[in-house]
Amino acid sequence: MSTPQELAHSQPPLLYPPYKSTIPRAPAEPMIQVPRSFADLAAPLFGHLPIGGTDNDLTRQHPGEPLGERIVVAGRIADEDGRAVPDTLVELWQCNAAGRYFHARDDHPAPLDPNFGGAGRTLTDANGIYRFVTIKPGAYPWRNHHNAWRPAHIHFSLFGTSFQSRLVTQMYFPNDPLFPYDPILQSVPDEAARQRLVSQFDLALTEPEWALGYRFDIVLRGRHSTPFEGRV
Amino acid sequence: MTRDAGRPVATPSQTVGPFFHFGLTANAALGTLAKDGVRGERIGLRIRVLDRDGPVPDAMVEIYHADAEGQYGQAHFDGFGRLPTDGDGTCVFETIRPGAVSTRADGAQAPHVNVCLFARGLLRHVYTRIYFSGDAALDEDPLIALVPPARRSTLLASQPSGEPAVWEFTIRLQGEGETVFFAL
Ligand SMILES: [Fe+2]
Repeated sequence: MSTPQELAHSQPPLLYPPYKSTIPRAPAEPMIQVPRSFADLAAPLFGHLPIGGTDNDLTRQHPGEPLGERIVVAGRIADEDGRAVPDTLVELWQCNAAGRYFHARDDHPAPLDPNFGGAGRTLTDANGIYRFVTIKPGAYPWRNHHNAWRPAHIHFSLFGTSFQSRLVTQMYFPNDPLFPYDPILQSVPDEAARQRLVSQFDLALTEPEWALGYRFDIVLRGRHSTPFEGRV
Repeated sequence: MTRDAGRPVATPSQTVGPFFHFGLTANAALGTLAKDGVRGERIGLRIRVLDRDGPVPDAMVEIYHADAEGQYGQAHFDGFGRLPTDGDGTCVFETIRPGAVSTRADGAQAPHVNVCLFARGLLRHVYTRIYFSGDAALDEDPLIALVPPARRSTLLASQPSGEPAVWEFTIRLQGEGETVFFAL
């Protein structure tokens, strides 16, 4: 279990003025702490979200192959004690290699790719491992400030085992020169915590004559240190 | 920052951003929790999200609640829903009215809906609860008891006149009448 101080350093604040959209949206009143006995709500189960054969391969969801650099993104989902989180839903979404989202509201003048939707989902295996095949996303501009560009990133959504463990985050790529200029990444106060959002090139995940591999491990908050109450 | 060497620390949250629809809310079925065979009183749960300046048209709302008997994760009812807000900041779940949850050592909790809210501009999601105004169990609810009395009404859904099966709940992220959010 992270201490409150660790959480404060490793999680972004709600109000971070360099990211302008936080200014009208960050709640200002103090939050009410939920007693631990309440905080162990089990996470929802997702029997109604069937996972199909190409849901974890974003390069095979359309008739043709998408343009761009094919990559493997894989990693391990664990809790704060280092224990694997098996059978948990991992969802991701991203823009295409040109930096354009398959989304009606994305008006960035970069080409759409008819062979790339940019959304995937999978379940972790018994060892907490997930694996996707996709295309390396491009950087894209946004209007937060003058000449603002997001570093290339993939959005992730995870549930884990408890209500506390729900996480939506973003994965970045190593050595991106845009990192110092990105208020969304820089909103995380601690440098070591920011580094945990950066995937690592991994030759072992790289497939010869096929795709570079990037490893992105994720640690979810959990209820393991909360006294267990029998749920009837 | 100090921590035990090698001890895992939770991965930081990052905003869901504005472009999650094709990734997370493409399945409109996630707005219908009250599928065929689900027991309980059918309700429409209309949730509107506002920030300091007005409607939030790019939020994602997740709800999770117990079945009519107050049980979570039952075979007939998984209790999970997820929708994007529209241009008016609104989304409507078709669900059932949950029962009181009575498996906690803290005592019975009044019927409620757990809400996780994600949006551009929220670097972390926020968590709140929807209770049903007029419910006799509200006075006994151990979580409401922790909320300053003046702010408790922000947790109550109400029924608009002329729509007997609809409950309406407004999430005010900031400003006058800011909704109570809970830290987990
Ligand atoms: Fe993005």
